[in-house]
Amino acid sequence: MPEPILVIDNVSKVYPGRRGMFGRSAEVQALKGVSISVDRGESFGLVGESGSGKTTLTRSILHLEQPTSGRILFEGRDLATLSGAELRRLRARVQIVFQDPYASLNPRMTVQDIVTEPMVVHQDVLGLNGRQRTERAAELLSLVGLGPQHLRRFPHEFSGGQRQRICIARALASGPELLLLDEPTSALDVSVQAQVLNLLCDLQDRLGLTYFFISHDLAVVRYLCSRVALIYRGELVEEGETAQIFDAPETEYAQMLIGAMPEVAVPSAGRPSTPMT
Amino acid sequence: METPLLAIRDLHLTMSSFDGHAHVLNGIELTVRRGEIWGLVGESGCGKSLTGLSISRLLPSPPARYLRGEIRFEGRDMLKLPISAVEALRGKRIGMIFQDPTTNLNPAYRIGEQLVDVALAAASHDPTILDCPPRVGRRERKRAARRLAAAMLDRVGIPNPEARLDNYPHEFSGGMRQRVLIAMALIGRPDLLIADEPTTALDVSVQAQILKLLKGTVADHDIGVILITHNLGVVAQTCTHVAVMYAGNIVESGPVAEVIERPAHPYTRALMAAIPTKETRRGALQGLGGTVPNLIAPPPGCRFAPRCPLAIPACTRALPPAVDVGAGHAAACIRVEEERAAAHA
Repeated sequence: MPEPILVIDNVSKVYPGRRGMFGRSAEVQALKGVSISVDRGESFGLVGESGSGKTTLTRSILHLEQPTSGRILFEGRDLATLSGAELRRLRARVQIVFQDPYASLNPRMTVQDIVTEPMVVHQDVLGLNGRQRTERAAELLSLVGLGPQHLRRFPHEFSGGQRQRICIARALASGPELLLLDEPTSALDVSVQAQVLNLLCDLQDRLGLTYFFISHDLAVVRYLCSRVALIYRGELVEEGETAQIFDAPETEYAQMLIGAMPEVAVPSAGRPSTPMT
Repeated sequence: METPLLAIRDLHLTMSSFDGHAHVLNGIELTVRRGEIWGLVGESGCGKSLTGLSISRLLPSPPARYLRGEIRFEGRDMLKLPISAVEALRGKRIGMIFQDPTTNLNPAYRIGEQLVDVALAAASHDPTILDCPPRVGRRERKRAARRLAAAMLDRVGIPNPEARLDNYPHEFSGGMRQRVLIAMALIGRPDLLIADEPTTALDVSVQAQILKLLKGTVADHDIGVILITHNLGVVAQTCTHVAVMYAGNIVESGPVAEVIERPAHPYTRALMAAIPTKETRRGALQGLGGTVPNLIAPPPGCRFAPRCPLAIPACTRALPPAVDVGAGHAAACIRVEEERAAAHA
């Protein structure tokens, strides 16, 4: 049995209400006792609607947010107990790709600067000199389907799909084992989405990465992930093998969500079903 | 034969930019009748929204310039009408819903005030909307408009509508705001509704409710709808007809079941192959190579030819005309006939 790379153990997060002119607003319970375990090398999908707590959980995994209670363990080590230096070293191994490739690249940096920046930040882990960094940046770009000719260019010269490839190259720069993918294709057109999804499959096969894939797009999750967890209002409502959840959802919420999925097939109601000719 | 609600014929639109004139709509043909929901699909930049905006003449000129063609709403050409006549149609006979519910409501006014404004404006054109006797006072009309606003909110599924009229937009969630916008678009009893990505910003469960509401409205009031979206799943579940756009052309159109089950144009097929379905195995998804052409200097002939797996030299000679492939289903591809023949052989 593979060891879990990431364990989320009964994590809760409460945001205290804000004090304003008219008294205190109610506190927000963003996560309620969420437990998830992600195995090394798998693609784990986290599905939830807006406001369900997906982002809070993602930020907690990166330790950008401290859980109110519960533990988050990366390779068995509790993030809350790590020192600043240890946490920095750990971040080289956990990276994230954000939703909007138009907003997550600095327009004043060249692609080379963007892709080498994590190598500079994690210099003590990677120990690369300037030339090695440039070489690695070129390698990374070809890994994601771009080329060394793109190193000197700026983000505005690229299309949305190409920008997301740059974001993926940047996330891979520090040699991570766990990649958090926060809706990486929802800002892209379907044809480009297909290319990026294929790239993600390919990279996982080649590099043995573990994916923690956050999305509200069920079709994409069904395609990419082997296991899925559904989260609703901060609570985990259902978790299991992808095929099982999609074929036989147990909870009412999962049934509703999967039923609401707009499939590209003509609904059978009101029309005799014709066999494919 | 009755006049269709909307008939767009050979519409050509250019937009001027610093780099030159982009030929963004290149001979659009579209006919919408009452009771039909037309899905307009395609990737970003293919001209879906520009087609929608052209119908209600919302594109500023310059940079927009209509080279030729006509947009007939109940027989009258929108492009030739004076702008005052167009304004008399907007929000009354032609309703519009836009994508982003957060930026399309005025944050400084209560929902009720905004709905009442639209209702009163629509009533100046068709007084029967308010359902009150003619020549009543202004206050009485306003009260009637408020009753109508509450009734509309109730119809789009907002609980406790009377009280919600006094709320501000920020007190509503995204899905609720989109419902308010739909109520606002429907309050003037439009005959044609143009919905530009009405559910793109929303969760799937809310999306399903909004689409159901849209379908119900068409069934109840016998209106025509143009639903602009990039999601073929939404089209399959909601629309009666679909037009697939690519780089300013409608490349395929027809009844939704026909097009989805028997896509004839290679672009439509590529679009469908790019969507992961239940059967798609990991790594087997087909992306579409290449990029959308530059419309300032579009490729000669068929604009899809540079990315098309079936392209032959003849494709670059002239823009392919729409070929009828039966059952009101047409595709603008010169290889449609031989493809069909090969499929039957």
